[in-house]
Amino acid sequence: MAKVTGPSAKAEVSSKRELFPARPVDLRRAVKVGLSSGAAAVFVAAAGIVAKPRLGDIHIVDGVVFGYLILFAIPAILGHVAAKPPPQLEGFEATRPGPRNVLAGVIAGVLTGAALALFLLVAGNINLRPVLSNVSPPLIEKLSFGQSLGVAALILLGSGTALGLAGGALHLVPPLWRRAVFGGLVWVFAIGLLEDFFDEVLGNMGAGYVADFLYQRGGGLASVGGLLVFALFAALYAYLGHRKISVRTLVDRVPEDQRRGARLLIGAILLVLLLLVPQILGRFYSHTANVAGIFLLMALGLNIVVGLAGLLDLGYVAFFAVGSYTAAVFTSPGSPAFAPELTFFAALPAVVLAAAIAGILVGTPVLRMRGDYLAIVTLGFGEITRLIVLSDWAAPVFGAARGIRQVPNITIPAVGFEIVDPQHLFYVILVFLAFAVYASYALQDSRMGRAWMAIREDETVAEAMGVNVVAAKLWAFIIGAVFASLGGALYATQIGSVFPHGFAVIVSITVLVVIITGGLASVPGVILGSLVLVALPEILRQFEEYRFLIYGALLIFMMLNRPEGFIPSRRRMEELHEEEVGQDVWLRTQQERQSTEAG
Amino acid sequence: MAILEIKDLSRAFGGVKAIDELDMHVESGEIVSVIGPNGAGKTTLFNLITGLLPTDGGEIVLDERNIVGLRPSQILALGIARTFQNVRLFPEMTVRENVMVAQHCRTRAGVIPAILRLNRREEAQIRKKAEETLAFFGSRLIGYRFDQTAISLSYANRRRLEIARAMASDPRIVLLDEPTAGMNPRETQEMTDLIGRLRDERKYTIVVIEHDMRVVKGVSDRVVALDYGKKIADGTYEEVAHNDRVIEAYLGRKAVAEA
Repeated sequence: MAKVTGPSAKAEVSSKRELFPARPVDLRRAVKVGLSSGAAAVFVAAAGIVAKPRLGDIHIVDGVVFGYLILFAIPAILGHVAAKPPPQLEGFEATRPGPRNVLAGVIAGVLTGAALALFLLVAGNINLRPVLSNVSPPLIEKLSFGQSLGVAALILLGSGTALGLAGGALHLVPPLWRRAVFGGLVWVFAIGLLEDFFDEVLGNMGAGYVADFLYQRGGGLASVGGLLVFALFAALYAYLGHRKISVRTLVDRVPEDQRRGARLLIGAILLVLLLLVPQILGRFYSHTANVAGIFLLMALGLNIVVGLAGLLDLGYVAFFAVGSYTAAVFTSPGSPAFAPELTFFAALPAVVLAAAIAGILVGTPVLRMRGDYLAIVTLGFGEITRLIVLSDWAAPVFGAARGIRQVPNITIPAVGFEIVDPQHLFYVILVFLAFAVYASYALQDSRMGRAWMAIREDETVAEAMGVNVVAAKLWAFIIGAVFASLGGALYATQIGSVFPHGFAVIVSITVLVVIITGGLASVPGVILGSLVLVALPEILRQFEEYRFLIYGALLIFMMLNRPEGFIPSRRRMEELHEEEVGQDVWLRTQQERQSTEAG
Repeated sequence: MAILEIKDLSRAFGGVKAIDELDMHVESGEIVSVIGPNGAGKTTLFNLITGLLPTDGGEIVLDERNIVGLRPSQILALGIARTFQNVRLFPEMTVRENVMVAQHCRTRAGVIPAILRLNRREEAQIRKKAEETLAFFGSRLIGYRFDQTAISLSYANRRRLEIARAMASDPRIVLLDEPTAGMNPRETQEMTDLIGRLRDERKYTIVVIEHDMRVVKGVSDRVVALDYGKKIADGTYEEVAHNDRVIEAYLGRKAVAEA
């Protein structure tokens, strides 16, 4: 008779075992976090966001402006981080929240406030403008709240301390409420900041009165609107957290045999929503969506090259340029040397062919290169492409710096409908995207997809296990190139012209950041990544100046806290959090053993 | 009949002759153990046979065809599969996918059939075969394990998976590089039995590098001893184990003199 060890027996064992005392909140860490927090606050202050016209004075909620909000969010958030209890280890008692959390928050807050106060005193007495061009008199005025420097420094110190305290004290609140407060605040911030966007969208949905109620014209959320939004989302988070509902649990709850149906239903709803998007977004934001869509198309292609096959290509913009220029040459009457003036769809085979050739041209010389070397060489190829189209040598064909103008709009073949409106172009891009997403999934679970993954994991072993590494790598480059070239062709017809300066390194970098932060080898991650990193900056034009600062900060944050991306592919998550998964696996085998032994 | 014949094979790293004018052969259906002290050139021999390293000279003849200079993937396609001393799986791929990869050279569907979904039948076959291969190891690698990543497996299971991957390529010769390294005695015994089953049930010819003499004794039809890249003994386990040069290679000259 096998020994039956039920869950109750296990619990008994663990309660009998002597536990080590709880690990206290680390105050030295709080000092470190406080110093970083101070540095961050001084950085934000010196970058001058507080006093930037049309940025620092954006009203989020009645009376709360973006500049101050972002500055004072730092001590509050990092105070909360500083007061975070140490990770729960097995064999230790759970750390109970207490005065030490508050103390840690205060430490971080004081240090942040002190750093800001010091900065103000220095900047107020010494002219820093030659070095820090944003430290202008209006900025100092804003930071000193119309008081004398000494009083203002005290105010900064005091408010930093208070906010750090608040951040730390939040740990005393039960987790459910904490999540609700956070959720509510984040949504108030988002809805307040994106006033123009929500105003337009609600208007198009025939719910303009909601916007009228929520917002005070041109000045962020009204107090009542802000409170309402906060209450709504806080309640939602509290409810979801209380019921422990997430998308995943909802999916799991559907019986196995009905999953397929449920999936089809969700797909159909998504499709209907997607078809309504241009109407909801309106003309201007449809254009934004199109830009994001073109980037997404590229990102899906790069995701195959980098995410699946592991070939770090930093010159991906080359294929985008090839697509744009091929489309322009074949369709535009303004093409200098050779102008067959085909329609967009008639030119597509040429675009795909040119991309495939470009893929082979770039892929062949780098077949034997790995990792860093591959990255550097492809970076070079990207620049070479731009320089060729810019050169006098190729000017008779590509028009050098003048580019190629008069790229015609897309005409739907059978019906002869010309697409002028971005709201209509959206549907064309959607079709291309649907194809790219479908192809991504189809390839992932195919013989070639597995070969790509095998090369990414261990090229030598892949070859030893029969994968023709040469062919597989070339195919990865070709598929990536084709996706990017389709994006390029759409881009050319969208803006109606192509210029060399549109194909700088930064395009490659942006697409790469999209797929890394979104989640390598994860299609949903890539989609979310391009919405957050391409569409959002287009909506928030006021932040253009800080776009790459935000990219950089986001990348660092992601590498430290979530290296697998927003929506990771399952396997990457497992590799990067190996220990946790290992524990899960162990638990699962234990359960399995129990059930087999009991049964 | 010799299925694999190695003639006059050499390979040096700088001044060190890892394999030095080696001659050996493997008969069809036999289990040959390759033994020798550390640095004797055993793993180098495997790397030369599978094409992972270029040779300096000599021939490797598989079925009367010289395979020197072929790419590793071509050599696998001709029927020589291997495992690695320090288990080299595809860690982020699932157990099933790891095995499916090995059928790459036996299947055809490329990128365009995959996009057009013309590969369904072949995919189903690849999948079925992978699952059948994994079932060879009893219940260890099947069921929910199919969809686990290779990295989440225990050490012994990783070794088993590596063998399953080699099996899925339909080899005639399987080269096992220290299949029991790091295993406990029970797992080692299991592996010994498994190597026998691979020959008896799967009809593979097997060359195994092994340090554990109980395993060598348990599985080998024939033992080849290497030292400094040269063959110093070739014969049954008993013959090789009592060969003076082998004892000398392992224990040093003095020990032999005293014995």
